Amino acid sequence: MTGRSRENYNRNYIEYVNTFAPPTKHFKTCGRAFLVGGFICCIGQFLRYMLELAGLSGDMLAGTVSVILIFLGTLLTGLGVYDRIGRNAGAGSIVPITGFANSVASPAIEFKTEGYVYGTAAKMFNVAGPIIVFGVSAGAAVGLVYWLLGL
Amino acid sequence: MQHQTIVFRNRPRIVAVSSVAGTKESEGVIGRYAETVLSDDMFGESTYEKAECKMLSHVIDGAIKNANLRRADVDMIVSGDLLNQIISASFAARDFSVPFLGVYGACSTMAESLAVAAALVDGGYCRRAVAATGSHFASAERQYRYPLELGTTRPPQSQWTVTGAGASLVAAEGDGVQITSATLGKVVDFGVTDVNNMGAAMAPAAADTILTYFRGTRKEPEEFDLIVTGDLGALGSRLLKDLTWEKGLDLSQNHVDCGEIVYNVVEDEFQGGSGAGCSALVLNSYLHAKMMAGSLKKILFVATGALLSTTSAGQGESIPCIAHAVTLER
Repeated sequence: MTGRSRENYNRNYIEYVNTFAPPTKHFKTCGRAFLVGGFICCIGQFLRYMLELAGLSGDMLAGTVSVILIFLGTLLTGLGVYDRIGRNAGAGSIVPITGFANSVASPAIEFKTEGYVYGTAAKMFNVAGPIIVFGVSAGAAVGLVYWLLGL
Repeated sequence: MQHQTIVFRNRPRIVAVSSVAGTKESEGVIGRYAETVLSDDMFGESTYEKAECKMLSHVIDGAIKNANLRRADVDMIVSGDLLNQIISASFAARDFSVPFLGVYGACSTMAESLAVAAALVDGGYCRRAVAATGSHFASAERQYRYPLELGTTRPPQSQWTVTGAGASLVAAEGDGVQITSATLGKVVDFGVTDVNNMGAAMAPAAADTILTYFRGTRKEPEEFDLIVTGDLGALGSRLLKDLTWEKGLDLSQNHVDCGEIVYNVVEDEFQGGSGAGCSALVLNSYLHAKMMAGSLKKILFVATGALLSTTSAGQGESIPCIAHAVTLER
């Protein structure tokens, strides 16, 4: 069997597999992601109110909240807790800034065995690299549009 | 060789086995049969790769010791694992000063190494050969997927790489389980590209080898107490039964999959265990014990492997798979 008939055969097989491959339970996973993601945001907002009371404001306030959340995400990664949260929460714990901290800290820990330079430092942005690349590119593109609109 | 099947006239036998099971694996039924049960997945080592290597040398030594032999009595070690350049197997063999053949068949490595060892012994080229295979969840995860601490969800089709290893000592004479034939599989690819659905990718390879064996030897599935596949998982097992049924072969009565039985608790394993260590561990603990006790007389051991790499998957290639079968008789 070659060429087109092989392709058709393969397509039929994959369609047949998909008829009973267990689907992701979108309703359940979305619900969990909503709750956990919302909870993380609540923690952030709580920190914000507390720091406001302590007299911080503006960029200083926003920066401090982010730094604390990043610290917590990294700490929980190091303690081996964040992957357990992530396993159940999905995007709920990946999307917030704590998830970004997790995606940088986890390869850093994992590849420590290959040394600090070629392991930890080189592999640190294995997972987060694409987020940074597309994040920065998108930011630049939006900035350009913003600038053009203002002309 | 006829119809891809080698019949071993002198019936080389497995005179001793040894196995080691990781912490998660020992919670299930396998924990009662495995020779060594780990309480620490690092096995006292500093890296997971070293732990995997130590598991392999531990089982090779274990099998030699269980046969009341010394390392010098073994003519050949045939071994493999899942890591790049099969480092666990070759690094384990470094300490033995015994001739070494490294084999790679992904998760089918146990059947492949057993077939090679049996052929060498049957042909009279070796008096005794050890076939050993292992895998480790953490080292495989690190090579093929994401860091362990990364908070990701696993899709429901996925399987869990077994932390474990097994070794069989094959000898020309002695008391043990006889290896009567080996069917060497072809590489089969049905165009599955989803790396999280290995069961679907490997089922056609298993079906191909099993059909070739039964057609070539004119035997019936009923003659076997068990037809054991390596690590198809629950989904892959169902696919295998459908694919063979379609061609007029009914496996539903006596088929079992190592991946399906290796885990007890269903936490995140979903379809069951996978990895080279899965079939190696189950064969060299549970199945061997049952055969020696006489409750299983004749089994067809079919280990399946997905021959992909992170590079091929990244380039969008489909997953070629292979399955080798070995018949074991008591």
